[in-house]
Amino acid sequence: MTMSDTLVSVIDELVESKAGLPDGLDDAAALKLYRLMLTNRIMDERGMKLQRQGRIGFYLPSTGQEACSVGSAFALGEADWCFPSYREQGALLTLGAPLQAMVNQWYGNQADGTKGRQMPVHYSFREQRILSISSPIGTQISQAAGAAMAMQIRGERKVVLTYFGDGATSSNDFHAGLNFAAVRKAPCVFLCPNNQWAISCSLERQTASESIAIKAAAYGMPGVRVDGNDVLAVYQATRQAVERARDGSGPTLIEALTFRVGPHSSSDDPTRYRPDELVQSWRERDPIVRFGRLLRERGLLDDDLEQQMTGEIGSEVVAAVKQAEATPLPGTASIFDDVYAELPPHLEAQRQAILALEQETGAARADDEAAFPL
Amino acid sequence: MTAITMLEAVNQALTEEMDLDPDVVVLGEDVGQNGGVFRATAGLAEKYGDNRCFDTPLSESGIIGSAIGMAVYGLRPVPEIQFSDFIYPAFDQIVSEAAKMRYRSGGEFTCPMTIRTPSGGGIRGGHYHSQSPEAYFCHTPGLKVVMPSTPADAKGLLIASIRDPDPVIFFEPKRLYRSIKQEVAKGAYTIPLGQARMVREGSELTLVCYGAMVPICEQAAEASDVSVEVIDLRTLVPLDEDAVLDSVAKTGRCVVVQEAPRTAGFASEVAAIVAEKRIEYLQAPVLRVTGFDTPFPYALEHVYMPDVRRVLAAILHAAHYE
Repeated sequence: MTMSDTLVSVIDELVESKAGLPDGLDDAAALKLYRLMLTNRIMDERGMKLQRQGRIGFYLPSTGQEACSVGSAFALGEADWCFPSYREQGALLTLGAPLQAMVNQWYGNQADGTKGRQMPVHYSFREQRILSISSPIGTQISQAAGAAMAMQIRGERKVVLTYFGDGATSSNDFHAGLNFAAVRKAPCVFLCPNNQWAISCSLERQTASESIAIKAAAYGMPGVRVDGNDVLAVYQATRQAVERARDGSGPTLIEALTFRVGPHSSSDDPTRYRPDELVQSWRERDPIVRFGRLLRERGLLDDDLEQQMTGEIGSEVVAAVKQAEATPLPGTASIFDDVYAELPPHLEAQRQAILALEQETGAARADDEAAFPL
Repeated sequence: MTAITMLEAVNQALTEEMDLDPDVVVLGEDVGQNGGVFRATAGLAEKYGDNRCFDTPLSESGIIGSAIGMAVYGLRPVPEIQFSDFIYPAFDQIVSEAAKMRYRSGGEFTCPMTIRTPSGGGIRGGHYHSQSPEAYFCHTPGLKVVMPSTPADAKGLLIASIRDPDPVIFFEPKRLYRSIKQEVAKGAYTIPLGQARMVREGSELTLVCYGAMVPICEQAAEASDVSVEVIDLRTLVPLDEDAVLDSVAKTGRCVVVQEAPRTAGFASEVAAIVAEKRIEYLQAPVLRVTGFDTPFPYALEHVYMPDVRRVLAAILHAAHYE
């Protein structure tokens, strides 16, 4: 898959022209963007390491896609909502999800907001208006359309930003979500980090469309195709789409063309189905390195600052892991909370029965053999 | 005979049938070059080509809908749903279309399709990689529902399912995918659908189970002072009622074990049948050991899943019931 002429790019041009940053960004913001992408990258590296060490059961990296997540989320307003997929940790960080809370979720410990119920990276951050994440593909797309419809119903000037991958564009929820939002002119921005792989399924086996963005035409909404490894291009396109939505002009589909440099997850071995040269060619378009080049050329970044940032972020992650590992798992009774608003009698009976059994025979033993398989 | 895992047995079954019948086609997500995320379809794309084993776009309703189309046209598709937790977008096609095709067309159109899908927990998969949704399909007339618990059974039952003229949902308990190796006969062979397996004979209590609960029940029977007879259902629909009822007539006590959540699970059906047809033999109520009526938790998975001690507690309760 090659970059086409219609792909919107900003960074390379700016390096040439020495023009100002896109609207809405100043130097401080640019550094924030950089630091967020770096945090995303370092967090992913640590998550994968922890999984390989058997300290967490699963991890799902977004390596190579940091610009897609961070650049876009940065364009959201303070009261806007986000309906992510499971590969948007950069967006979550940008929207203020606390690092400690994210690491707690990897461990499913008592401090985890989702109470140890879901696999790692399936976060939920109500305070930051980030919807609880599920594994099934695309479910958030029609839900995002609905939340945007709710904003309309209430007469609010807010926007929903939802993320999904190229694989998700084959799902029924993609069709329903875009169709509903377009018909209702709902304030929803549909952002597809097209990383060109759905586990082992490459883009050309996923769709015969010439792009993801072109699908927007079918739904009667604008489609924009940007260089997903260009954080400024992603930011700019999202900002424009968010403004459109907020002004009542309806939804937009943004395709951010990128590449899934890493595996689908810690359970995937992409060397089985992808040639190294292809992956390497995309490593050379690293979004963090590209943006760093611009910042250095503008005198905003140098080796010392980079090292300082990396060190600080690294320490933060290490501390978060340490704290998470020292926090125990939730107790058995917690399994029965939150099934319903109120615990019905049949669940109360089941809860009592298992607690009574634990009194008698001790707690169930964790299965050391259990592992999310490769 | 060599000892192989359930995954290898599934792979062998698919190879046998693809060799025998050119109409057998495998489709699903990542089943081609990747050989499936569990490697169940490893080597098939290479051996039989892209027309007979291929990757589909990411759409469960598309996978099953198109498989139904192939089946009514005359092929014998074996679609894979990567995790049974993802089967729900295909629910309409399975329940409204595949299950009713023969009936609604007065027998003109049939759907000889076998849906293969890994189910169950015990592999740290949380809400969406651990579900046991078999009850939804047991509740749908027109479908057959199969769940093996051993490599040898998996091979014979899968071949039988593929050859069956009706749509079959073939659940593969992923916790057992690699955990046991068993000697499995080479070549194609069938195990009839609708036939349970006597795992272990006993005289005082009948323990009915299926899937990943079978090894748990075997261990419980081993550990118990009660003489426990263990029956592996293997096929849920159509159920081998005689196997269960004959056993209960002999033992007088029955415990049914399922990993799935309790309410309206398949164990309820077994319990109802036993109570209806063998009440005069029962010395104790029919008990069920099941998952809780909650979504499947990640960190506390080991607490959720029925284990040997919970089965033993039920055995004791039934055995000492006055």
